[in-house]
Amino acid sequence: MKRRDFIFLSGLGASAMMLPDLSAFGRSIDPQQLLDPIDIKTKKMLADIALNSAKTLGASYADVRIGRYLSQNVSTREQRVQNVSNSESFGVGIRVIANGCWGFAATNDVTKDGMAKTAARAVAVAKANAKIGGKPVDLAPQKGYGEVSWKAPIEKNAFEVPIKEKVELLLAANAIAMKGGANFVNSGISTINEQKYFASTDGSYIDQDIHRISPNFSVTKSDPTTGEFQTQSALSSPMGLGFEYLTPSESEKVKGIVTRYKQRYDILEDIAQATRNVGEKLKSKSVEPGKYDLVLDPSHLWLTIHESVGHPTELDRVLGYEANFAGTSFVSLDKVKSGTFKYGSEHVNIHADKLQKGSLGAVGYDDEGVKCGEWEIIKDGILVGLQATRDQAKVMGLSASQGCCYADGWDSVQFQRMPNVSLKPGKTPMSPDDMIKNVEKGIFIVNNGSFSIDQQRYNFQFGGQLFYEIKNGKIVGQVNDVAYQANTREFWNSCTGVCDEKDYRLGGSFSDGKGQPQQVSAVSHGSSTARFNGVNVINTKKKIG
Amino acid sequence: MAILTKEEAQALLKKVLSYSKADECEVFVGGSIGGNIRTALNAVSTAGETDTTSLSVSSTFGKKTGSASINEFDDASLEKVVRRSEELAQLAPENPEHMPPLGPATFKDSITFNADTAAMTPDTRADLIAQSMKATKEAGLVQAGFLENSSGFSATMNNKGLFAYNKSSGVTFSVTTRDDAGSISGYAARGFTDIKKLDTYGATKIATIKANASKNAKAIEPGKYTVILEPTAGAYMLENMFRFDARSAEEGRSFLSKKGVKGATRLGDQLVDEKVSIYSDPFNPDLPSGTWSGDGLPLEKTYWIEKGILKNLSYSRYWAQQKGVKPVPGPSNIIMEGGNSTLEEMIASTERGILVSRLWYIRMVDQQSLMLTGLTRDGTFLIENGKIKAPVKNFRFNESPIIMLNNVEALGKPERAISVESYRSYMIPPMKIREFNFTSLSDAV
Repeated sequence: MKRRDFIFLSGLGASAMMLPDLSAFGRSIDPQQLLDPIDIKTKKMLADIALNSAKTLGASYADVRIGRYLSQNVSTREQRVQNVSNSESFGVGIRVIANGCWGFAATNDVTKDGMAKTAARAVAVAKANAKIGGKPVDLAPQKGYGEVSWKAPIEKNAFEVPIKEKVELLLAANAIAMKGGANFVNSGISTINEQKYFASTDGSYIDQDIHRISPNFSVTKSDPTTGEFQTQSALSSPMGLGFEYLTPSESEKVKGIVTRYKQRYDILEDIAQATRNVGEKLKSKSVEPGKYDLVLDPSHLWLTIHESVGHPTELDRVLGYEANFAGTSFVSLDKVKSGTFKYGSEHVNIHADKLQKGSLGAVGYDDEGVKCGEWEIIKDGILVGLQATRDQAKVMGLSASQGCCYADGWDSVQFQRMPNVSLKPGKTPMSPDDMIKNVEKGIFIVNNGSFSIDQQRYNFQFGGQLFYEIKNGKIVGQVNDVAYQANTREFWNSCTGVCDEKDYRLGGSFSDGKGQPQQVSAVSHGSSTARFNGVNVINTKKKIG
Repeated sequence: MAILTKEEAQALLKKVLSYSKADECEVFVGGSIGGNIRTALNAVSTAGETDTTSLSVSSTFGKKTGSASINEFDDASLEKVVRRSEELAQLAPENPEHMPPLGPATFKDSITFNADTAAMTPDTRADLIAQSMKATKEAGLVQAGFLENSSGFSATMNNKGLFAYNKSSGVTFSVTTRDDAGSISGYAARGFTDIKKLDTYGATKIATIKANASKNAKAIEPGKYTVILEPTAGAYMLENMFRFDARSAEEGRSFLSKKGVKGATRLGDQLVDEKVSIYSDPFNPDLPSGTWSGDGLPLEKTYWIEKGILKNLSYSRYWAQQKGVKPVPGPSNIIMEGGNSTLEEMIASTERGILVSRLWYIRMVDQQSLMLTGLTRDGTFLIENGKIKAPVKNFRFNESPIIMLNNVEALGKPERAISVESYRSYMIPPMKIREFNFTSLSDAV
C-alpha cells in the first residue's frame, strides 16, 4: 500500500489531526552539505554512550541507530521548474529490552547528553509497558560483527550531479511532450541517500551508505469536445541505483509494441512514446467486461506480486501483529510448515532477496544488525517460506533472523518489513511477443494503476495504464477502463507461463506503507512477463454530472 | 527544546530576522514531542517517544528563493542558517509563480491545545492500554491496538511584519479485537484534543461487541444495496473528495471541472443531494484547527458544499492573482453537517440493506468520476425488515463518493471519525445511502 498524496489537505495536518511530522525530511539544507559525511569515530563514541546508559539502567539488550536521511527532489511542470528541495533528517533512535519488554525513544539532539537522556527514556518506556504483562521478547541469537561497513555499488552519486543538469533533462522531456500535443506534463527526479550507523550490545558497529533514485513523469491529454482526459506516467522504476540509471543503453531496453526498460532508463524516448500512447488511449474503446487471458508486463506485475505474495508472507501479519491496521494474512504457520500448500502453479517460483543489484531493498545488514541474504518463499508453486526478524525467528523454527528489520527514519522504531520479493524467470526460452502469439482472447497490461486488496490478501483489484487487446495471437489496439478482480490463490494457480531471464526487470516503490505510526519502505519486485488465464476483467467507466 | 510559548517563539524569530539581508525573509520554527504504544496478541509490541525541533529560513531576492534549516539555536547557528539561505537564493532558478510574503495580520487564538494531553507520560499511556486490555480479556478476545499522543507548536514571522503562532495537542486510539482462530473481528477508533474524553475501555468494548456479533458470517450475493455507513466507514470514503482546488478544476483535470467547457468549473452547480453540506471551521469544538494557513492567510469558516451546491473552491495566492479573485486557503478541517436520524432509526427504516462498520484499502480507479474501489471490514451486517439479521462476509465495492452523495436517504449526527488510512480526523455523520455498488465477495476477516 502506498502513502497517498495528502498535500491538498496541508492545513489538516497541523492541528485537526495530530502534529506536523517535522523530522521526516523536514530540514532544507545546502546541496553541498548532502555530500559531507559524518565522522565515524564520533558516531561510535556517541553510540557507546547510549548502549552503556541503557545497560546501566537495566536494559538486557540495546541498539542505537544514528541516521542521516538525505533527500533531493527536483520537479518541473511544462516549461518551468516547480520546486527544488534538498533536505536532511538527522537524529538517533534507541531501542532497548528491559523487564522483557521493548522500549524506544528518539531525538534529534545527537549529543553526549542527548544520548544518555534518550537511552533513559527508552528504558522508562519499556519498564512502564512491562507492567501490562505478556510474553517476554525472545530474540534469536545474533553474533556481533565488530566494526564493518556496506556501500551501495552505485556508479554515479546522484547528489553530485548539478541540479542544473537534472532540470535541463526534465525540461527537455517536457518539451517533447508539449510538442507531441500534451495539455499538461509534470516531471521530476527524486533521490535518497540513507547514511545509517547501527550499534548494538551484541558488539556490532555497522556503517551503511544506501542510494535510491526515482525519475518519473505524467503526461495528460484531454479531448476538448468531451472534456475527457487521460494520463500516462513513465515506464521507469524507482531503483537502488545512482544517476547512471538515467544514461540510456540499448542493451537495457525491451522492444515491442512499447519500449520497456531494465537497469538503464531513457526518459526522452519514453516521454515521446507516452505522449503518443496517451493520445491513442483517449480515443480507444471501453473494454467489454468478461474473462480474459492476461499477459502482464513486469512494469505492472511487480505490484501484484507485492500485494498478493509480498504482504501475505510477512510473518508479523501472519502472527497478528498488524491486525489493527494493515491486517493479517490468509497464510498461516501451519500452511508453511505443511510443505503442501499450493500457492500457485508449477511456473510460480518466488524468492526473497535482500542483495539483488539495483534493487531498492538491497543492503548489507538490516536495521537490527543482521547480515542479509536470499531465500525461497514459493517453490514450484508450493509455499515454503516467510519473512522474519530476530524476535520472530524462533516462532518459525529458524535459528537466526532473515534480516527483514527496517525503520524509515531515526525516529521510527524498526520492525518487520518486506525484502525484495521476486518471481523467478521461466526456464524455457520465451519472449513477451512469443507469449502473446499464443493468446486467443487477452489483454497485455503495461505499467501499474490503481490497486486494492483485502486485509487478509484474498480478494484484489488492479488497474494499469496501457491495455492492449489481444485477438488470435495479435495485438489489435488499446482498450480502456480495465481492471481485473481475482482471488490470490486462484490467480497464481492460473499462471501458465513466465518469460525467460532476457525479459527480467525490476519494478518497485519508495513508499510501501505499514505499521502504526505508519512507516514507508522502499522495495523492488522483479519478474519477466507472465501469463494468467481466465481472469475476470471489469469495466470501470462511470459518468458523473 | 521544549514547546516554546508565543513570546519565546516571537523573540527567537525576531532575532533570526535581524540577521537577514534579503529582499524577503520568512522564518518558521516548530517542534513536537509525543509517544505511542502498539499492542498485539494482548501484549505491548512496540512503544516509543520522539521529540524534535527545527527552524527554517527562506530568503528571496527578486523571484529567486533559497531555504535552509537547523536544529541548533545559539546565535552563531541562527546567523549561519540565514546566510546559507541567502547564498542558496542567489543560486536558485527563478520561480515564475513566486508570491511576495504577506504583511502584518491578526489571527485569533486557536483552541487546539490541551495541557492534560500535553502532560501524558509513558505511565499514562500504559494505564490507558491496560484498560483496553481489560475489556478485551473480559470478552475472551485478542487485541491489536495503537495509542498515540503528541503536542507541539509552530510559529512563523517574515520581514514584512507577519507573525503567527499556534500550539496543539491530540490523542488517538484504535483497537481491533479478534478471536484466537481469527474467525471474527471488530474495530473502534477515537480521537480527541482533550485526553479526558478518551475512554479506552468503552471503545474497546464496542470493538468486542462487533467482533462477537460477527460469528458465522454468511456470504450473500454482491450487487447494489442500500447501505448504512457508520462514520468510520464514511470518513474514509469521503476523504477522497475533499480536494476543492480551483486550479486543477479550471485546468480541466478534476471531478470539479465542467466537461466540455474550457476553464469552467462546477462552482454553483448542484453537485450532490441537498441534504449534504460540508464546511471547514477552525473553531469547531470537537475538531479544532489552527487559525492561519502556511502562507499566512487567516482561516475562517468556509462552506465547500452547501445544500448540495458547490459553494467555494480553494485558490492559492498565485492562482487567485492570475484569475483576479480573492485567495481561499484549502480546508483546515472538514465538518459534514448531519440530520436528525439515529443509527437505530436508519436501521429500522431499511427493508433490505447492509450496515458497514469500516472500509479498507480504498484506491482511486478513475479520477474523472472519482470512482473508488475498496472493501468492507470489521463488522458487516445484513439488515432485513428493519432489523440486523445476520453478519455477512465482506464485499469489494466500486463506487464514487459523488454518486454516493447523490443517493443520500438519511443522515445522523456528525461524530469525530478517524480515517483508517490517512489517520486524519473528520466530523462525519452516519449515512444511509441507496444503490451502493458491491462488485465481489471477499473471504477476509
